[in-house]
Amino acid sequence: MKVLVPVKRVIDYNVKVRVKSDQSGVDLANVKMSMNPFDEISVEEAVRLKEKGAVEEIVVVSIGPQQAQETLRTALAMGADRGILIKTDDNVEPLAVAKILEKVIGEESPELVILGKQAIDDDSNQTGQMLAALLDWPQGTFASEVILEDGKINVTREIDGGLQTLSLQTPAIVTTDLRLNEPRYASLPNIMKAKKKPIDEKSPGDYGVDTAARLSVVKVTEPPVREAGEKVEDVSELVTKLKAKGAI
Amino acid sequence: MHSIGEMTEDQLAIKDAVEKTCSQFGEDYWAKTDETGDWPEEFCNAMAEGGWLGVAFPEEYGGAGLGLTEAALVMQAVTRSGAGYSGASAIHLNIFGPKPLEKFGNAEQKQENLPKIISGQEKMCFAVTEPNSGLDTSSLETKAERTNSGYTINGRKIWTTGAQRADKILIIARTTPKEECSKPYLGLSLFYTDLDRGKIDAKPIPKMGRKAVECNMLYIDGLEVPKEHLIGEEGAGFKYLLQGLNPERVLFAVESIGLGFAALERATTYAKERVVFGRPIGQNQGIQHPLAQRWAELKAAELLAYKAAGLYDQGVDCGAEANAAKLLGTEAGFKACETAVLSHGGMGYAKEYHVERYMREAMLARIAPVSREMILNFIAERVLGLPKSY
Repeated sequence: MKVLVPVKRVIDYNVKVRVKSDQSGVDLANVKMSMNPFDEISVEEAVRLKEKGAVEEIVVVSIGPQQAQETLRTALAMGADRGILIKTDDNVEPLAVAKILEKVIGEESPELVILGKQAIDDDSNQTGQMLAALLDWPQGTFASEVILEDGKINVTREIDGGLQTLSLQTPAIVTTDLRLNEPRYASLPNIMKAKKKPIDEKSPGDYGVDTAARLSVVKVTEPPVREAGEKVEDVSELVTKLKAKGAI
Repeated sequence: MHSIGEMTEDQLAIKDAVEKTCSQFGEDYWAKTDETGDWPEEFCNAMAEGGWLGVAFPEEYGGAGLGLTEAALVMQAVTRSGAGYSGASAIHLNIFGPKPLEKFGNAEQKQENLPKIISGQEKMCFAVTEPNSGLDTSSLETKAERTNSGYTINGRKIWTTGAQRADKILIIARTTPKEECSKPYLGLSLFYTDLDRGKIDAKPIPKMGRKAVECNMLYIDGLEVPKEHLIGEEGAGFKYLLQGLNPERVLFAVESIGLGFAALERATTYAKERVVFGRPIGQNQGIQHPLAQRWAELKAAELLAYKAAGLYDQGVDCGAEANAAKLLGTEAGFKACETAVLSHGGMGYAKEYHVERYMREAMLARIAPVSREMILNFIAERVLGLPKSY
């Protein structure tokens, strides 16, 4: 089986994000960038399936600036086999990402696409679902367990009421949740091997997809600073204070 | 080269992967090894499994074939993670210690030993310094006397790191008496051999910091060394040792700089959170300026250290830069740790805040493997052309 894993380069999850002074977005200058953590989980899952012998080839795709190549290398160092960089400096919205991926899938014909359920920069949580709709493929979103069995993909999903297990026909889309696995750290020998793995360079134009924005960002603001609370001795003091503030 | 511009893609990947590996070993882990003196086994295993011990060794022996620059990035990331010298010294010797073996050993010696060191399967220790000779290496008293099958070594060594756990020992001993040699530094030979505990008694030396990684006094009584374990030519050991000095200076520099940055991070976090007289203490210039000054000193020393590493990797002499980086880097590292303790006020003296441990460890790098005074002697004599003073 061939697996395709899209990966996105985002602000590192440890970085404290700062809003630009003109409120047009967040400041990306001199900020550490990394692979979207959910995508790391997707790559890890694909590599584990490969280690179990269920998968022959893992192709990773990234849509983004030239530096997204570093993100692809990270995925290759984790165990993916080759990469496709679709180079653009534009901000590509989920629908355009899904349309480009649809075309990539047309060329690559994977039987399974594993995506992160969302990227931590815009938290859209749309690409996997849109891609499934465009391809008319079955989807198992928010996966906490993925098992390949008799040509089917059994996906356990985290839903509000508990866990739900779906059985998907291939080809299929799976989006990963945080508890699916714990991604490995790249080892030095694998970082060195990753340098020799091929990365194809393409552009959105090669796939005939228009990446022009359909949404416009009106304003980005910091969440309001939370004020310090007050400690009260007992319920009557609480009630008195709430009354004084006009809350009850 | 990392020193001047941006890091390469490889270097970024290396730094990132080492940071992630080290992040599994948090402040509690290192506080505990410092208290118990237990060897950081899990950390060493994680670094060996990640292939990090082979960063600077050729691929044919299981290494990555990278240079001193990348080795320095690895070691700086280790100390910077808060592992300090408890982490760095536990693997430092695997990373650059076997260099004389790689450069001057024969094919069999390399094939037999390097893969085991790189995989972490074997540990080595490095026995040079002696109680009666210090930095005057030509006055070493340990003797290797020729026998039919090789040599017998007798003598004492001091400050041998990791000898309690090492399988192998890289040892320098005199094979020809000093008075019979044309130059005092001739007549010394280098051996890489089994650490035979029946013949070598290793006694740990109680010391100021880095309790997890012990330093030993070695009493060597009749250690039999087959002649196959001699590295290179007899009598040329000192020359072989010199080859490893500049990389070692660079690594000590960046290790101390990494530790200094870790200390600064703790100090700035504390200074932002600690409120006294109605404001965070970090709002006071009396706290801010020393921290900012330390950052500038660390950054400057870091540039020089990577400059030296880059020169070394290009095969250019880096003696002046490596020595100066060692001096400035280890002073900057120590001062950053000291400032971090002072910024914490009374809490800086408490183990709970970790900076006192950093400060004790940072003292080590100011002294070992070469003192500040000997570095200044080197610069005065070799760079400035002043007469030799000792």
